Amino acid sequence: MDVQVKERLIAITGSAHARTSTAQKLAYSYDATANFQALPDIVLSPSSVEEIQEIVKVCAEYGVPIVSRGSGTNLAAGTTPTSGGVVVLFNRMNRILELDEENLTLTVQPGVITQAINELVAEKGLFYPPDPSSMSISTIGGNVSENSGGLRGLKYGVTRDYVKALKIVLPSGELLTTGGKLAKDVAGYDLTSLFVGSEGTLGIIVEITLGLIPAPETKKTLLVFYDTLEKAAQTVSSIIAAKIVPATLEFMDKGTIEAVEEFMKIGLPTNCEAMLLIEQDGDPAVVDKDMEHVHKLCMEHGATSTQMAQTVEEAAQLSIARRVALSALARKRPTTILEDATVPRSEIAKMVKAVQEIALKYDLLICTFGHAGDGNLHPTILTDVRDDAEMARVEMAFAEIFDHAIKLGGTITGEHGVGEMKAPYLEWKIGKAGMDTMKSIKLAIDPLNIMNPGKIFAKSTKKRVVVQHE
Amino acid sequence: MSNAQAELIRHSFVTHVDENRLMDCMRCGFCLPACPTYIYSDYDETQSPRGRIALMKAVRDGDVEWDGSIEEAFDLCLGCRACEPACPAGVQYGTLIEETREAVLSVKSQSLKEKTIRKGAFDHLFADQRKMKTAVKLVTFYQKSGLQKVVRKVGFLELFPPFMKEMERSLPDPPKKRRAQAAQTEKKTKVAFFAGCLMDTMFQETNRNTIELLNMLGCEVVIPKNQQCCGALQGHSGEMERARRNAKANLEAFSLEGIDYIVNNAGGCGAFLSEYDRLFEENPTLHTLARQFSKKQIDISSLLVKLGIVDELAKQPQTEATEIVTYQDSCHLRNVNGVKDEPREILRAAKGSLFVEMPGAHLCCGSAGIYNLLQPEMASRILGSKMEEVKRVQATTIITTNPGCLLQMKVGVEREGLSETARAMHVVDFIHEKIMESIGG
Repeated sequence: MDVQVKERLIAITGSAHARTSTAQKLAYSYDATANFQALPDIVLSPSSVEEIQEIVKVCAEYGVPIVSRGSGTNLAAGTTPTSGGVVVLFNRMNRILELDEENLTLTVQPGVITQAINELVAEKGLFYPPDPSSMSISTIGGNVSENSGGLRGLKYGVTRDYVKALKIVLPSGELLTTGGKLAKDVAGYDLTSLFVGSEGTLGIIVEITLGLIPAPETKKTLLVFYDTLEKAAQTVSSIIAAKIVPATLEFMDKGTIEAVEEFMKIGLPTNCEAMLLIEQDGDPAVVDKDMEHVHKLCMEHGATSTQMAQTVEEAAQLSIARRVALSALARKRPTTILEDATVPRSEIAKMVKAVQEIALKYDLLICTFGHAGDGNLHPTILTDVRDDAEMARVEMAFAEIFDHAIKLGGTITGEHGVGEMKAPYLEWKIGKAGMDTMKSIKLAIDPLNIMNPGKIFAKSTKKRVVVQHE
Repeated sequence: MSNAQAELIRHSFVTHVDENRLMDCMRCGFCLPACPTYIYSDYDETQSPRGRIALMKAVRDGDVEWDGSIEEAFDLCLGCRACEPACPAGVQYGTLIEETREAVLSVKSQSLKEKTIRKGAFDHLFADQRKMKTAVKLVTFYQKSGLQKVVRKVGFLELFPPFMKEMERSLPDPPKKRRAQAAQTEKKTKVAFFAGCLMDTMFQETNRNTIELLNMLGCEVVIPKNQQCCGALQGHSGEMERARRNAKANLEAFSLEGIDYIVNNAGGCGAFLSEYDRLFEENPTLHTLARQFSKKQIDISSLLVKLGIVDELAKQPQTEATEIVTYQDSCHLRNVNGVKDEPREILRAAKGSLFVEMPGAHLCCGSAGIYNLLQPEMASRILGSKMEEVKRVQATTIITTNPGCLLQMKVGVEREGLSETARAMHVVDFIHEKIMESIGG
């Protein structure tokens, strides 16, 4: 980066809020995605919308890439500064601006930690349901940019379902305001939805208004254990077919249970093949009725044992156990690469089986956990980046998982985003017309391609080898 | 920095820092909210465990060239190890930062300031118990002679960093002469007492109280001669050879025959003692011995609870609460040995005081061995925010379980001008006051 550009950028935030040292640049060269890393030229912590506008204008003038970064928990290399340039942080824009109890909305700056939002609204008897596993670390700005899901997605939906309004600094430096504290709004295209999940490629989100709902009265948590994966998967389908929509319906396989138990030491049985974590919340009578029904279905489908959480603390421990699954799996091998393939929930048993076969075929260790009720699985390959031969097999295995998910009517990513990692596979899912439409939107809004370049759109699409499954 | 020296450092990282241990980190970021320097640097990833591990790996792999900014990131780590229990992947961060410091130390010469502090601390005080005692005698003389007052007035201490001055003001009163211990009741449990260098000198009263309490609860206490400083401060700074020397001396000094526990009253020492086996991975004989030694380790709070101190305290006459007590965790007691409930249980059971949990009690107080001397600015920021919490819960007694934390809390009380209303004390002294005073009348 040109010295003159750098000086202009530093002048905007002041040198105390501009990071340029070797250590600082390295510390912002990665996110939570294995094997992706690139150094930025400068890392800035602006304190206001105006400062961000100034930064964007300078970047536009010189064609400098900008990457917005929350806490760097992205799982698809969406926040690595692939093309260098400026990393924009929100550690100084982390205030809660307004809790409007009449409209049930909360307006925040992007740097607020997701869990802080959950806790704040809970004190008022309100509920912000999206709860990605990284919610104790991740920022709401990151969640909105990635349209994050979470454990409660089955019943309550994902981040998009709660974003009412946004303020966005466009690549021109102009400020765009979308939506409002409205229950209904059809004034033109739904720009709020366009920016939610746009992965920082269209602009910088600088203010967010979230919709809230009344907090459910009560919650019950059930653990169910199985001696085969199939029985667990069949239970999931049977619950949905019985017209019950639990708040949470999570799945973990044996390998995942082992890793989680090693960390948590809460007495999970490591001799079972699969586990379901089922939660229902709401009116106490309904919760009791649903959970009784669910329990019956579990037993009918061959559960070996079940365990109901006795206290709020125990229930909380169990959801933490599920949230740490991915990181705990890192205990098993040096490199952890996870996928996010999602299928219609009726196809979950087929997908679980396919993943098992793919692991065998490529001689890989794959552990699977995920949001079974959503059809959103996280097959995680435990490998070693230093082993080139194995890494080549990893790539083939992932291609096959994507291919299989798409054939079952699914997608390459349910909640982690495309980022840089899955960009070469995007066309498999959305086709040429999809790519052309998305590219023309990107070009119209960000003609200079300064907003998070190299993400979503790859230089070239991976060649799709169609694999025949019986 | 010359290219040659940067290359030397990279080689040193390859030699000292274990690649597999680095690879255990999958960069999920679960450590971030647990890290005090990340929080107090306004969420700077450079000052986080994940950032530091990425830096270690980048230096080792030759992805970045060593410079002052990288060194600062490592230097600013408190070594509190709060990231370890937070890490689902089980990354051994404590070992990694020690390996890193050893890697740097073996190549790079230290700054004059660091050299002076380390030399004073490691070559003299902590290396040899007799020297420590001499130093304490000097302190005793200094305090008793009235010279202390004179010095404070004259401003001799202006020559030292501000933090040292505050620390000097917080030195405890000189210990009285050690009394011989007699058994009080029939002996059931036999424990060897690890006296600790700081505890045995500056906080001798606390050691005496520890023994009295153990005796009262029916313990036979032996104090092995020739025991040395545990070596933690040296080890945490990467001076592994010095740490090993002390560890070996202690392994020789403590006979495990017939001993139920080796008890200590300093959280930092206890953690290091319980990990002696890490120091001897290449020596099978010492490694086995160290493992046996480590297995016997217990901290005073856990032992007192095992011996029934909670019931003892419950037997005390009910009196109105006259003080608000809070507890500041010892990082290593909590993060390495996993002890967090026992001290709180004791404080809750005590009569005549109300226990209040202080928000952020689990976060490091900034003492961190000699960190407060080497990194006065960050230590000061951390302590400042800690004292805000003390004021918020209106604590009149701050309890700690480690001498470093105790000194730091004393500094905090002094600095905030709270010395009229608040005091910092070791959990042992607190219980001793509650029980012995009521017995003695």
